Amino acid sequence: MPKFIKDGAVIENTWTLLAKPEGDAAAVAVPVGQVIVPLSVWLAQKAQLQLRQDVGVWLDSDETAAQLGEDATSLPLIAVNFPVFTDGRAFSTARLLRERYGFKGELRAIGNFIRDQLCYLRRCGVNAFAFAREDINLEQAIKSLGDFTEYYQSSVDQPLPLFRRRA
Amino acid sequence: MYIYDDYDHQILRERVAQFRDQTARFLAGELKPEEFLPLRLQNGLYIQRLAPMLRINVPYGMINSTQLRRLAHIARHYDKGYCHVTTRQNIQFNWPDLTEVPDILAELAEVQMHGTQSSGNCVRNTTSDQFAGVAEDEIIDPRPYCEIIRQWSTFHPEFAFLPRKFKIAVTGSEQDRAAVQVHDIGLQLVLNDAGEVGFKVYVGGGLGRTPVIGVAIREFLPEEDLLSYLEAILRIYNLYGRRDNKFKARIKILVRAMTPEVFAQEVEAEWQHLKGGYSKLTRAEIERAKSFFTQPPYEILDVPAAQAQLDTLAAEQPAFGKWLQRNVRGHKIPGYAAVTLSLKRTGVAPGDITDTQLEIIANLADEFSFSEARTTHEQNIVLADVKKTDLFALWQKAKQAGFATPNIGTITDIIACPGGDFCSLANAKSIPIAEAIQRQFDDLDYVYDLGDIDLNISGCMNACGHHHIGHIGILGVDKKGEEFYQVQLGGSAGNDTSLGEVLGPSFSAEDMPSVIQKLVDVYVENRTREELFIDTYRRIGATPFKERVYAKVH
Repeated sequence: MPKFIKDGAVIENTWTLLAKPEGDAAAVAVPVGQVIVPLSVWLAQKAQLQLRQDVGVWLDSDETAAQLGEDATSLPLIAVNFPVFTDGRAFSTARLLRERYGFKGELRAIGNFIRDQLCYLRRCGVNAFAFAREDINLEQAIKSLGDFTEYYQSSVDQPLPLFRRRA
Repeated sequence: MYIYDDYDHQILRERVAQFRDQTARFLAGELKPEEFLPLRLQNGLYIQRLAPMLRINVPYGMINSTQLRRLAHIARHYDKGYCHVTTRQNIQFNWPDLTEVPDILAELAEVQMHGTQSSGNCVRNTTSDQFAGVAEDEIIDPRPYCEIIRQWSTFHPEFAFLPRKFKIAVTGSEQDRAAVQVHDIGLQLVLNDAGEVGFKVYVGGGLGRTPVIGVAIREFLPEEDLLSYLEAILRIYNLYGRRDNKFKARIKILVRAMTPEVFAQEVEAEWQHLKGGYSKLTRAEIERAKSFFTQPPYEILDVPAAQAQLDTLAAEQPAFGKWLQRNVRGHKIPGYAAVTLSLKRTGVAPGDITDTQLEIIANLADEFSFSEARTTHEQNIVLADVKKTDLFALWQKAKQAGFATPNIGTITDIIACPGGDFCSLANAKSIPIAEAIQRQFDDLDYVYDLGDIDLNISGCMNACGHHHIGHIGILGVDKKGEEFYQVQLGGSAGNDTSLGEVLGPSFSAEDMPSVIQKLVDVYVENRTREELFIDTYRRIGATPFKERVYAKVH
């Protein structure tokens, strides 16, 4: 089973990622077990999927936190996708999920982000990191979570900007 | 000037360590070139035509003598003995060795300098008025707010991978010297009817291949809401700015596509969520920022005596008088003056400065201006706090060092990007064109008679030389592998910001001096007594200029 980083440790990934459907999202068969479904599938099958405790939702970079809205509060896992690592929309989406929609579960980065984005992602509220590439040395990558230990601005991990904390 | 505390030092040290590790991983082949690219850019490192280029921030143009000496050391030790002042008040080194860049950044960090976010698709160095704090027409000193923005934008976790680069400028004077209307966000400090401090907020301005003048989306933003409002703008841009086409990715395109009204509504809606949050500035923080920009210990001077002495010296030595006229301006403190050291001597690339010259400026700053200097977006250096009684001594030393060319604001005070001699983006060279025009206008009395003329040159449509806002703008273009130059007239920065209009077909490099001469001739023949070049152009329009320049030779 592939591994990923969660809360600063390398652990096994037990969730299956369901790809975006080609056709009708309502017709997609969602497998049993822990599964992360695309937003379109979630929206189309919410009535059934909401009854399960093992369904998460992933947002592509052109999908917004607002589209998920209040649903975020009840989900165990939300993933934000990086089609390419330079597409920085997930940073805003992650903050919105945490700060505006009250999401408390696992917030997972998926796709083609890079190790050097881990610290900023953590600051935006992401606590799990599943790289698309399988050749990443996860034990090494964990180090980048702590690239910075002090920050100027307000964010999810430290809501008080430095100017409110400066001695 | 702002002084780092332990927090600032710690954050910057962590950045240097991060980049040292990233560089090592890149050199070891663990980090792919395309992955290293934005990381090195956000530390100021470009790969240029001939070598890497390292851009160092000079936050809102403020620099002290210790920093100047460190830049001199870096120019000497790691580079070829010179560097370049950019059109965004920064400093560029043209020949650093990639493997040594972490060491350079470590040396800079010791003197509170860095290349953080000086390039890349992130919030860049905030620029401002080079006469901030000393200008006679200043309403509010913009520098404390620039520093607050600098800290907020530095390593902002949400906005490091924006659709495109993002530039903010702040002005606090009646006369806008920071060109705020051609920035992604332009902030103009204002007082409301109750006497409270706030900002008029412009958004969506910019030069580049689609020049646009910014639109005001808010007439009065209370100062304490500065950061939450900036955050709202950046978030809307980060989420909705185009990412499919790099040439349509700047915020100006988004503002235009949404319409400024809708964009403003989106920002307002987002801001309602943010304005009450922790980013709201406290009175204590505003006061803390202001405490770094208090007045230096000015002396009480005998102003009439100082002025009389200057008048006498100016009469005895006309060259000194010329310099006083062009390179020295008034100061809010009686008996003091702000001096511009010209980096526009003919034969030297505009904005270039050697290691020795940097040290001389450091010495001049120590001796005459409370150890501080400023870089300007016109690519000169300002000593902002000089006693009038010291001006003659300063002039003599500046002259010896090659900084006293009395041409500030004239047609030879040319703004130019590094162009095709250095930059891999350029279509054409800028520096030789600047020099040829300076040689054409080598008669100083004639140049003075022409008065203020902004002549700006860019080597490509990215417009680093701000050609759209020059009274005369020159753009290098490539025609089947040959370098040609398009001329624009009527651009202007400042309160009456306007974009130049293309005159007509482009010219070869060798034609450029005579083309500029003809444009100037048309001005001289048509001007009224009070008119500057831009005024005459606005009155008579482009046609007389076109007719002269494109007249058939018989």
